[in-house]
Amino acid sequence: MAEDTQETTTGTGAAAPSRRSVIGWGGAGLALGAAVAGGAVALTRDGDTAVPVAESGAAVPFHGPHQAGIATAVQDRLHFAAFDVKTKDRAELVQLLKDWTRAAERMTAGAEVGEGAYGGLPEAPPDDTGEALGLKPSRLTLTIGFGPSLFDGRFGLKDKRPGALVELPKFPGDNLDPARSGGDLCVQACADDPQVAVHAIRNLARIGFGKVAVRWSQLGFGKTSSTTPDAQTPRNLFGFKDGTRNIAGTDAERLAKHVWVSGKDAEGAAAWMDGGSYLVARRIRMNVETWDRTPLAEQEDIFGRDKREGAPVGKAKEHDEPFLKAMKPDSHVRLAHPDTNAGATILRRGYSFTDGTDGLGRLEAGLFFLAYQKDVRTGFVPVQTSLARADALNEYIQHVGSALFAIPPGVRDKDDWWGRALFS
Amino acid sequence: MRAVRLSVVTAAATAAALAAVTGCTEKSDAKADDGTVTVVAKDDSCEVSKKEFPAGHVNLAVENRGSKVTEVYVLYPDDRIVTERENIGPGTKASLTAEIKAGDYEIACKPGMVGDGIRQQVKATGGAAGAKRSPEMDAAVAAYRQYVQAQADATLPKVKVFTDAVRAGDVEAAKKAYAASRIGWERTEPVAESFGDIDPKVDVREDGLEAGQDPAKDWTGWHRLEKALWQDKKIGDREKQLADTLDKDLADWAKRVGKAEITPTSMANGAKELLDEVATGKVTGEEERYSRTDLVDFKANVEGAQKSFDLLKPVATKNDPKLVAELDKQFAALNTLLDKYRADKTGYDFTSYDKVGKPERKELSDGVNALAEPLSKLAAAVVK
Repeated sequence: MAEDTQETTTGTGAAAPSRRSVIGWGGAGLALGAAVAGGAVALTRDGDTAVPVAESGAAVPFHGPHQAGIATAVQDRLHFAAFDVKTKDRAELVQLLKDWTRAAERMTAGAEVGEGAYGGLPEAPPDDTGEALGLKPSRLTLTIGFGPSLFDGRFGLKDKRPGALVELPKFPGDNLDPARSGGDLCVQACADDPQVAVHAIRNLARIGFGKVAVRWSQLGFGKTSSTTPDAQTPRNLFGFKDGTRNIAGTDAERLAKHVWVSGKDAEGAAAWMDGGSYLVARRIRMNVETWDRTPLAEQEDIFGRDKREGAPVGKAKEHDEPFLKAMKPDSHVRLAHPDTNAGATILRRGYSFTDGTDGLGRLEAGLFFLAYQKDVRTGFVPVQTSLARADALNEYIQHVGSALFAIPPGVRDKDDWWGRALFS
Repeated sequence: MRAVRLSVVTAAATAAALAAVTGCTEKSDAKADDGTVTVVAKDDSCEVSKKEFPAGHVNLAVENRGSKVTEVYVLYPDDRIVTERENIGPGTKASLTAEIKAGDYEIACKPGMVGDGIRQQVKATGGAAGAKRSPEMDAAVAAYRQYVQAQADATLPKVKVFTDAVRAGDVEAAKKAYAASRIGWERTEPVAESFGDIDPKVDVREDGLEAGQDPAKDWTGWHRLEKALWQDKKIGDREKQLADTLDKDLADWAKRVGKAEITPTSMANGAKELLDEVATGKVTGEEERYSRTDLVDFKANVEGAQKSFDLLKPVATKNDPKLVAELDKQFAALNTLLDKYRADKTGYDFTSYDKVGKPERKELSDGVNALAEPLSKLAAAVVK
């Protein structure tokens, strides 16, 4: 039997209650609450379409033909991280993906990672960091992606790099910071509670030490688009509604056409992508101070919609069909519209961010743009090409970070894991 | 039925309420019999209120009724220290708390703080009988104790080279000798820190001074001299005094370090603490902000952690072979990475940290994270 002695000195006669016992009592009660919350809500997917989960705090099913966090209802908060793979051992990377999958299953169900945040050997650091104890699942979704650099030959994946996983072109006006771009892997954590989203990435990063390292990360606070058109369209930091015509999570036809990889797009090198998607992540800095000094009429001309309602130029309601020719040729809505871009359509899932100040007395703020599509070459690239070339909004924004990830299909069951088809 | 949502604030309030209730309970118990063992120390006796007490969290309330300053120890039968309290002045009281497992012990009072002291046999009851470690554990602790003492003994002459140069007013010679004089300390720093008073005297940085302390008067040790040599570029009378003080404080360290409390758990935790030192002070460039000899400290910290690990490996391998394999791998990887920064693989002449760029610092930091995470599990592997 191993023995352990510790010395502490206190100024009073009575020993203070140990921190562990206090946390233990509190944690036990709170964890029970979490378990009830997780267990009380049993949801299922309807076919291969996610049913929007409007109930705040509920759990979003982790398993299914597609990963959650794409077409599922957009939560209020984001924690996104890109990782560089540090190990050179393919088996070690595979084991990490399996460990991450198990942890993701548990966290999205409102449970703790591994053996939990307390109750184990006092000499061992707890498996879970504990800050989500007692919190509901908060509709947490965890979505993994694989970047182009993962397919460079280190892990025998060269022949499995999909044609759509291109290097994005350099668009006019891009000022990309390498420290905020790229990555071998990414994880997108969305939740209604910021503590739940942060906890998820923190615990995955911790599991990954020695195998992956965080390359960059981004917190987001207000969603700027939704997949639930009946809900009010969110606004961006310029005060305008964003993503009015976004694809609804219930629109199986448009999802199949524009978002989910299938058929000939999932053949050859991309066979493992069947049911997956492609994610573009762009950190867009907004010059909110100069925007705030811009007259209302000019703001509305720049967007092509009115500020109050979000109605297109010449129309009365937000969802009225836009008449593009009534908008200025350099207006944002006109340039971004599918009709201007050979039908290019993307599923947007962006968030606003503020990361302190820029050191010049201004907010470091903007839009962390996330877009899912079937093929970036017919999705984001033509749209961004139009915008970068001519958009009046370019005077107020700058793209400062960029990454593209192949998003594998969903984890089917408890024996499946993130990226299994890729590594098989 | 859906559970009521508990926000973070509610969770914190609940935990606080539980703490308050638990605290009340504890205080209430204190009125009855709180399990405290009272030790009355006199010049010629050492009275212990209980010869038997329950194992676990034990509180000793010491009262010195003698005329000499005294110290009180709890010792294993083989004289190893469980816990101690020094410098209990005449007519004063002190308290110490320790986690004591079931078994036989001695409580020793040492009036005048010399000799073997006046002893009383005591027994901690309950729990697992016989608080004895395996021979392997004892061997590991004994070997580590020897290592720690050897590091201190080897450090003194190297420090003297440094302090002699300071006393001679030779800035360049002192600079050359500075980093080498710190290696033994950085390898074993957690043990020195366990004394509480030595570390602040010899290794505090200016920003580490406590409120009310005056840097001109109270800042002593290596980093004060580092600043004088690299930033102020001069040696005055004050620096020469500080060199003498450093010699004296480190001699005190060398004299006491062999008697530090060392357990397999403290060895494992010490290894983790060395890596924490690297993560917070070395990789960031904060520790040696004037001399930029951070990589020398870094290497020494890693060597000290590796020594603990190597000594604990026989036991840890039995309990968690996978962890041991991972640690072997990550120590090797980090050492390989550090070797990029020295031409001579056996020397301590490392690249100045101001020549290490941001991407390289991140690479070092990733290596530290890769090692520190499994190292934090070593203590559990040892006690399993």
